[in-house]
Amino acid sequence: MSNLAILPILLPLLTGIMLVFINKQKTLVKVITGIMVFVNLAVVSWIGSVVFQEGPLVLEAGDWPAPFGIVIVADQLAMVLVITTNLIAVASAFYAFRSLDEQRERYYFYALFQLLIAGVSGAFLTGDLFNLFVFFEVLLMASYGLIVLGGTKEQLRESLKYILINLFSSILFVTTVAFLYSVVGTVNMAQLAERVADVEQQGILTTIAILLFLVFATKGALFPLYFWLPRSYSAPPTVISALFGALLTKVGVYSILRVFSLIFIYKLEFTHQFFIYMAGFTILFGVIGALSTNNVKLIVAYNIIPAVGFMMAGIGVFSATALAGTIYYLVHDMIIKAALFFLVGTMAAISGTYDLRKMGGLIKHHPLLGWMFFIAALALAGLPPFSGFIGKFLLLKGAVEEDHYGIVAVGLIGSLLILLSIIKIFLNGFWGEARLAPEQEKASENGRLFPVALLLIFTIALGLGAEFFYPGIQGIADSLVDPSIYIDAVIKE
Amino acid sequence: MRLKNVTNDLILKTATTIIVFLILGFSVYLFFAGHNAPGGGFIGGLMTSGAFVLLYIAYGFQTMNRVVKIDFKTFIPIGLTIAVLSGVGSFLYGQPFLSHTDGYFHLPIIGKAHLATAMIFDLGVYFTVIGVTMTIILSIAKDEGEQVENAE
Repeated sequence: MSNLAILPILLPLLTGIMLVFINKQKTLVKVITGIMVFVNLAVVSWIGSVVFQEGPLVLEAGDWPAPFGIVIVADQLAMVLVITTNLIAVASAFYAFRSLDEQRERYYFYALFQLLIAGVSGAFLTGDLFNLFVFFEVLLMASYGLIVLGGTKEQLRESLKYILINLFSSILFVTTVAFLYSVVGTVNMAQLAERVADVEQQGILTTIAILLFLVFATKGALFPLYFWLPRSYSAPPTVISALFGALLTKVGVYSILRVFSLIFIYKLEFTHQFFIYMAGFTILFGVIGALSTNNVKLIVAYNIIPAVGFMMAGIGVFSATALAGTIYYLVHDMIIKAALFFLVGTMAAISGTYDLRKMGGLIKHHPLLGWMFFIAALALAGLPPFSGFIGKFLLLKGAVEEDHYGIVAVGLIGSLLILLSIIKIFLNGFWGEARLAPEQEKASENGRLFPVALLLIFTIALGLGAEFFYPGIQGIADSLVDPSIYIDAVIKE
Repeated sequence: MRLKNVTNDLILKTATTIIVFLILGFSVYLFFAGHNAPGGGFIGGLMTSGAFVLLYIAYGFQTMNRVVKIDFKTFIPIGLTIAVLSGVGSFLYGQPFLSHTDGYFHLPIIGKAHLATAMIFDLGVYFTVIGVTMTIILSIAKDEGEQVENAE
């Protein structure tokens, strides 16, 4: 039944609406949120298994045939990302129960949270460029609400920047879609791909492609358009930072991956070469930012940027191996960024400060937290038993096969510096003399470690169980290199 | 200090009582016209909230809150529920999401009428637009610099 494809969007949307009705009963809101995140995860996992067994599900909304109506395309790539999104939603919901203050919960946090998930799932699943814009706005509107929720001075300042930059890139998005529609005459992605192929992506289409890339690069924080990200992502409370860090930039990366593996693939020597340079600079500048600060949350926020750079490198190289690496890294990075934000949030809550120089010796009273952070740090840097390794390995292998040695060198140096930046938190925050006795600590770690443990289990499983996951991911990458699979699934002649 | 509530807006208030019904009538006309003529849920909803805003301007908060005991915030989830459920309704008939249907019916008084389920979706839009517009305007109007409880 093709209606399955809409459920990952519909369930969180309906839950969000329901939570607005019952906003005053706080316990009931939490109970429903807690149940619905699990229901969602179960439903999308089931849909995912259906998609992996029987091929992409295509829903033609309103029973209009493909190029004329809106299509929701649940293919393997989209489903993998939607499942990861819902996994992070489960962890975030339970972290929020433990960490969020009552004031924020009262002003519709859980409703906005559900709408954010609906927007992100919609952006992954849509098969229509203008509908992608609409879902971008759905998730951005929810994120505007979340970033300013609570109204502290810092949040107000950073949300202003965040909204301005995102409004600007949204305006550019609409303009670009208008250009594309006037040239090609459709906004359905599959038909766009056919028509761009017909004229072999002549001059104006490459210009539009680069404009579209700039839009997604702003949303996904690539060099030199990442300047807004670190501070706005570290201003709101931890659980909101984690949601943003794990989901929002990845939607930008996914959009680039989709558009530049499906539609604009006929001037590779220009567009994708350009991506590789962008990726190299993104990795270097992001990691320099991460090394430059002593604010634990800011270090993690800066680390989002080189990760986006790695994914872009894979898209730039554009071979099946490199794309498999990109997808593996994308899934890994969504999970590990959420886990890291939760961990540093817990550290900061316990020690009452975000400044690394004022922390120390946390491992004495919190060994579990300490070793979890250590595992997360190694996974982030890409050490072998964990998931980061497989993704980076495939990426760099793909790059070497296509003779892009420059990006390989940058990637390896970048990884080393990422390890340096994150292990600095471990050495200064957990090692050394304990600064605070247990009774002086500002918060307890109780209950906050379960969501992190859930995410870390998946990181380890993705690393150790690579044999199990790899064929599926490789299959997705193979289908990305050949756009006719997607086009045939959507447009049935 | 400025004196409050002593202005004598007799002309404004009298005109408002008549004009509000004209605006409300026109907004409902726009809402129903949407299928075959310019109009629809969005503009209809805006027009209805325009009528409410005029009432608030002419009569002030205290009077309005006494007469119209509506929490406009609840309009938003009600409207969204109607809109989403009008799409989900097609599940019952095994049709894709948001499939709509229509037909001709004989109604009392009006006679032969063309009714479409797209109308239900539009009703959702109508309520949501009223809810959002009124919530924005009333929240800003209530916020007088002091820590007033936010639009409760």
